[in-house]
Amino acid sequence: MLPAISVVSAAILAYEVLLMRLFAIVQWHHFAYMVISIALLGFGASGSFLALAQGWLKPRFVAAFAVNAALFGVSALAAFALGERVPFNALEVLWNPRQLLYLLVLYLLFTVPFFCGANCIGLAFTRYGEQIGRIYRYDLMGAGLGALGIVAVLFLVSPTDCLRLIAGLGIAAAGLVCFARNDARRRLAAVGLLAAAVLLPALVPQSWIALRFSEYKGLSMALQVPGAEVIGDSSSPLGLLTVVRSPTIPFRHAPGLSLDSTVEPPPQLGVFTDGDALSVITRYDGRLDALGYLDDTTAALPYHLLQGPSVLVLGAGGGGDVLQALYHGARRIDAVELNPRLIALVRREHAAFAGGLYDRPEVTVHAAEARSFVARGQAQWDLIQMPLLDSFGASVAGVHSLSESYVYTVEAFRDYLRHLEAGGFLAITRWLKLPPRDSLKLFATALAALEREGIATPQERLALIRSWNTTTLLVKNGALGAAEIDGIRRFAAQRSFDLAYYPGMRPDEANRFNVLDARHFFEGASALAGPRRAEFIERYKFDLAAARDDRPYFFDFFRWRALPEFLELRAQGGAALLEWGYPILFATLVQASALGVVLILLPLRLSRRKSNRHPDRARILAYFLALGLAFLFVEIAFIQRFVVFLGHPLLAVAVVLSGFLVFAGLGSGAAPGLARRLERRRGTAGPLFSRIVPVDVPVLAFGTAALLHLALLPALFDWMMPWPEAARVAASLALIAPLAFFMGMPFPIGLSRVSERVPELVPWAWGVNGCASVASAILATILAIHLGFTAVVGIAVVLYLAAAAVFRAPLATVGGGVGR
Amino acid sequence: MALCAALAVLLPGTGRALDEDGHAARRADMIRVIERHAFSAVKALGRRRIDSRVLDVMGRTPRHLFVPERLRGEAYDDRPLPIGYGQTISQPFIVALMTDLLAVGPEDVVLEVGTGSGYQAAVLAPLARRVCSIEIIPELARSAGQRLEALGHAGVETRTGDGYYGWPECGPYDGIVVTAAASQIPPPLVGQLKPGGRMVIPVGGPFATQWLMLVDKLADGRVKTRQVLPVAFVPFTRRSP
Repeated sequence: MLPAISVVSAAILAYEVLLMRLFAIVQWHHFAYMVISIALLGFGASGSFLALAQGWLKPRFVAAFAVNAALFGVSALAAFALGERVPFNALEVLWNPRQLLYLLVLYLLFTVPFFCGANCIGLAFTRYGEQIGRIYRYDLMGAGLGALGIVAVLFLVSPTDCLRLIAGLGIAAAGLVCFARNDARRRLAAVGLLAAAVLLPALVPQSWIALRFSEYKGLSMALQVPGAEVIGDSSSPLGLLTVVRSPTIPFRHAPGLSLDSTVEPPPQLGVFTDGDALSVITRYDGRLDALGYLDDTTAALPYHLLQGPSVLVLGAGGGGDVLQALYHGARRIDAVELNPRLIALVRREHAAFAGGLYDRPEVTVHAAEARSFVARGQAQWDLIQMPLLDSFGASVAGVHSLSESYVYTVEAFRDYLRHLEAGGFLAITRWLKLPPRDSLKLFATALAALEREGIATPQERLALIRSWNTTTLLVKNGALGAAEIDGIRRFAAQRSFDLAYYPGMRPDEANRFNVLDARHFFEGASALAGPRRAEFIERYKFDLAAARDDRPYFFDFFRWRALPEFLELRAQGGAALLEWGYPILFATLVQASALGVVLILLPLRLSRRKSNRHPDRARILAYFLALGLAFLFVEIAFIQRFVVFLGHPLLAVAVVLSGFLVFAGLGSGAAPGLARRLERRRGTAGPLFSRIVPVDVPVLAFGTAALLHLALLPALFDWMMPWPEAARVAASLALIAPLAFFMGMPFPIGLSRVSERVPELVPWAWGVNGCASVASAILATILAIHLGFTAVVGIAVVLYLAAAAVFRAPLATVGGGVGR
Repeated sequence: MALCAALAVLLPGTGRALDEDGHAARRADMIRVIERHAFSAVKALGRRRIDSRVLDVMGRTPRHLFVPERLRGEAYDDRPLPIGYGQTISQPFIVALMTDLLAVGPEDVVLEVGTGSGYQAAVLAPLARRVCSIEIIPELARSAGQRLEALGHAGVETRTGDGYYGWPECGPYDGIVVTAAASQIPPPLVGQLKPGGRMVIPVGGPFATQWLMLVDKLADGRVKTRQVLPVAFVPFTRRSP
């Protein structure tokens, strides 16, 4: 039974992660948040179902487990296949109420697999109350393996094949639980189910589960063009890359190109990540004059202020900005790209087309995360260039607002500044938004970073220009001189770009070529550079406050107080003013909480069982709610804290998640022993010791470890940052181990207590915990946006302490007695 | 039913019969909504009203024949609607605003890049002498051409092709409207604009126009652009007293 629990648990976690990936591919990732919250509905419904049906199910444990595990497998595939046929269009939600109905259909579909999967684990807790510590250990270990495994498998096979694999795991778990040495019928059933686990998912036609991109994603639109065809794809957890050739009507991708430019870009191959976020591989035959258009974009500005610079391109993509550096005579180019598959496309599959760009002697390509590449290295550059990384469509829709980004924070800017040669530039290009958002937030971030570096007059180091659809911010390591300011003015005037800020700029120099109804960019930048920065930020209807590592939400511009106005203006052509991400996240939380309340409280109201009117049920609810919330708060906050240190978001997820689940699993295994030892000593120890209940020990130990982490981690990270990757992984695990070990104990200690005194409430407690842990993923993001990840950990400590406090008093037994 | 609707679109004259089926009243409602919203676009227009010629044409154009049959009931709602192939028919208010900003005269020649369903071309046709419209997606170009012909818009010429190079044989143009999603403004289009001519480009995603970009070609051949929000929006809260 225990291996089957691990397998089911691994399959559920893997399915949750995979669904996030699949929805990010076919829709957009902020809607993935919404749909994934239905896992909560499945967990809650399962808890209620088991609470009501446990009497009938317990004696039929093996059959019930096997049926639910097999149904999980089948419905995991079926829900996705059917979900793809629901005509849900995320972009139309504001306009068309019917879309909400489609969303509801998706919710109901995806509830089924989570319901079946959660039934398996809940049933095991209910049936084997005396083994709760062991079951929980296998559950956590399985979850850890599932989360890690799916990330690893996504490197090897396509997302739809991962779906088949997960379905197979569900059916295999059914086979495992059936297996019994001395029962021939069960052995036969086990063999049959294991065979089905291999055959059934493999036999599902690919057309049933083929990815159907939203027709409004860039890839779908590109493929509508006659002659356009997919010539390759490559999948990994970092995204599904699709290469498109469009010979009839070329891509001509040149963000921010001047209207005065007459040079047409050479042929390009489009590279879409998850069906959007277009990057291009440009044909390069060694003739630099064909690349003249690259001198007509705002991003070319720093090259007119430097001679033969050394350049670091952060986010090299298909190589457009490397070509731009080559065109401008850069003597050394370091190109950093997160996705090694994208590098391989340029370096291998399309090397001839790209003219061997990434193998040129002056170009060095690094597969790394931009921020930690800079933070770890010692090199200096004349220019650090941060090109446009996201698509225009995604940018204007505000779909990145929930993505943590460690490249646009105050701390990141300080790292960049320290790696600039004297007189060097940091140049950041963003899509232009009206009214201004990104560019002004970057401006505020640069000012804050320079101030933190001890620069008294940071405003003398900044310049901002804009074309009709891009802005480029320059931050100089030194004050801008008169010759440089002349160079900026000349560059802008020759290309009909507008000046938005330079030290000493006159108001009448702004807003000349691409005229806005007011000098929004100049006035905004000047206000931020002046003494009334705080007041300006406070009065602005979008959030421009600089992002920090503790609150790394650069793309979140949403402010509640502007929402009524945005909604009112929607019908008048103002739909684009609303930044989507945050309101959707909040709506998800409201919906999740409402569902949680209904699922937790409704079964107790409906049931007439004596146990369900148990006097301590409010305390049990509070205990498991607090644990469910707190466990994921800590896990999510620590994943974020380790992203820059470990140098890659995927590595952070893999190391932190597996570390937490494995060490928590070990902790849960040790919990019964600890509880027994404490019970034995209660009688013999002094009065102080006799007041300690088992759950106090892990909670106090966890609280101490968490507070030590908060205090010491920044200094430890600074010290260990230059270590090799393997040493940093080992150090991360060592740091996580004590914390996670103690976090694994309160749940089995509590559930064992419930199992001893009110066994009928075990499935309910499990459901509450499951609901809380899903809701906590959403809540943690909202709290981090407002308060930061440090506060999220602090709140988790308070929740654990609160849990311990509510569980100190003895539980009444069903029969009316009281006992520990 | 589907066959009848298809015939109604394809056969001249029957479209009008279908048009009488309660749509006139809904169109009048749509025009009232556009007029109400025009107050919000005062900055873009420089006045409080949309040109009455534009509203008059939109009040006569059977928009329901330009949307998929299943969406005909919503054709006169003031919102964008999907027309397939990842394309949308713009919100009526945005169509009115763009047409007004183009300031089309009766002798003008207008180029449209991105025919879509053909609705914008149908609105432009009675206002201009000649409308040339290019669509990148062959299926859309074909159906829009048939639809426009069936509705009697003989002054509209359509073709499938790459909008980047415009349609030089049809130009030069007094006005160009680029309704296709554009991440850049093709220089050849600017070249085909007459001095004094104007180009209008909605910028934004399929269901949300973020701003309208106006390109004025000056008498000396240089261009000047203006970017306007379609709504009255001040990015600041009032200063507290």
